[in-house]
Amino acid sequence: MDTGNTAWMLTASALVFFMTPGLALFYGGLVRAKNLVSTIMYSFTAIGVVSIVWVLWGYSLAFGEGNSLVGDLSHIGLRGIDYVPSADAAYPPLADVVFQMMFAIITPALITGAFVERFKFTTYLIFLVLWITIVYAPITHWVWGGGWISGLGEVGALDFAGGTVIHINAGIAAVAAALLVGKRRNPGVQSNNVPFVVLGAAILWFGWFGFNAGSALAADYVAVNAFLVTNLAAATAAITWGLVSQIRNGKMGAVGLATGAVAGLVAITPAAGAVGVMGAIAIGFGAGVLCYFAVALINARGLDDALDVFAVHGIGGIWGALATGIFTVSAMTGVPGVVEGSFDQLIVQAQAVLGTLAYSGIASYVILLVLDKIPGLGLRVSEAEEDQGLDLSVHGERAMVDDGAD
Amino acid sequence: MLSIEAVIKPERVNQVSAALQEAGCKGFYYFNVTGQGGQGGVEVLVGRGGRTAGRSAVPKTLIRTIIDDSMKEAVVQAILNAARSPGEGEIGDGKIFVSEIKEAIRVRTGETGTDAI
Repeated sequence: MDTGNTAWMLTASALVFFMTPGLALFYGGLVRAKNLVSTIMYSFTAIGVVSIVWVLWGYSLAFGEGNSLVGDLSHIGLRGIDYVPSADAAYPPLADVVFQMMFAIITPALITGAFVERFKFTTYLIFLVLWITIVYAPITHWVWGGGWISGLGEVGALDFAGGTVIHINAGIAAVAAALLVGKRRNPGVQSNNVPFVVLGAAILWFGWFGFNAGSALAADYVAVNAFLVTNLAAATAAITWGLVSQIRNGKMGAVGLATGAVAGLVAITPAAGAVGVMGAIAIGFGAGVLCYFAVALINARGLDDALDVFAVHGIGGIWGALATGIFTVSAMTGVPGVVEGSFDQLIVQAQAVLGTLAYSGIASYVILLVLDKIPGLGLRVSEAEEDQGLDLSVHGERAMVDDGAD
Repeated sequence: MLSIEAVIKPERVNQVSAALQEAGCKGFYYFNVTGQGGQGGVEVLVGRGGRTAGRSAVPKTLIRTIIDDSMKEAVVQAILNAARSPGEGEIGDGKIFVSEIKEAIRVRTGETGTDAI
């Protein structure tokens, strides 16, 4: 067993874990102050619920042998996952369970940005269990567990760290959720806490080094390149977003810069093992421009995807997946991209995108529709609870309490 | 001149602001306050949630405007309409206080009285 690889996998897992609390702050800073605790809770409870579901049956459904659509229940409760690795293993099999668990945790937490400030908390806990089981585990199987996407074309669709599995998946599920839960009664205009937004985005960025460089599954030169291109794409997208804002509005804001960075991180995710620095700059630039205008366009369409999950993760993820087919170089992945004159890989990438959009969009919609119809559940809090703010009405806590106000 | 002070639910501040402007108020200011009225506070979890819910002071918004006496009815009615919860209203919708203002002076010009508000 390679101890260097094992050390890096554990470190990377901890980095990816830290992204979910970072997301909690990123989202928490963006909402109204009366919903700050509630917004943080959506992310934080995902850590609890998904960790348990993952070891009980989620990992097995994703990585059990199964068929081309879904794994099986052969590893239920992690049965049959060796505690002692074989002598020539790159790292212990349980390290894979741990690393993948962190991805499963953050993905449904990403969706919550669409329905913050109005989604019923108890229904959300059930949604987490169902969504990981019915949507996340199968799509993970398609891409990384030996399913149909990994069998496309010459080398399968290239998704180094989860552009389809995590970001396109969460992005389209967010659209389904926003459609079904409906608009907020009284949305705010400004973020309640810009430093939280920036700190949250910074933690996401930091954690993304584990997300992408960890997806090399080894402490090697592939991981180093992934680390480098991850930083470059985020940096480029942040500055691009800021400059577009500066040109259009005469002002560059911290919330925009932070959102741009996240868009760049999303877009480089599938490509981190497939492109070098020039490709990363191109991908970051594209993410900055595309996601900036996607936010404006989707808001104008009247869909209340409150924190722009589809614009950032959906559009950023789709761009990243397609850009991987454009900018990949055969020296790194074994297949040529459009820049080397072949459209084959781009077509494979597009198939993976469409498959994920279709399945996740429809399955997420159906899950939420069923939860909405079950007596005692439902998707939305009462009008009075929404008006008072979910912090007090649902959780009985306030984000900040002035001295004397308790 | 009169001072109109209204203690309202924080979530209604946008509607009340709009109603005040529609009623002809040129200026007003508001701030978030915390206190307690007939409902005796709001239910909260105590500490780490190990104990039953306790009660804590309620978040409110205090909105204030200074107006000419002739505008009193219109302004009070505007606040009532905008601050009252749909239907019969609810406990916690707030209160309006009216008081006399002796003098107002505009800092820039030194104008006084109604000209200054």
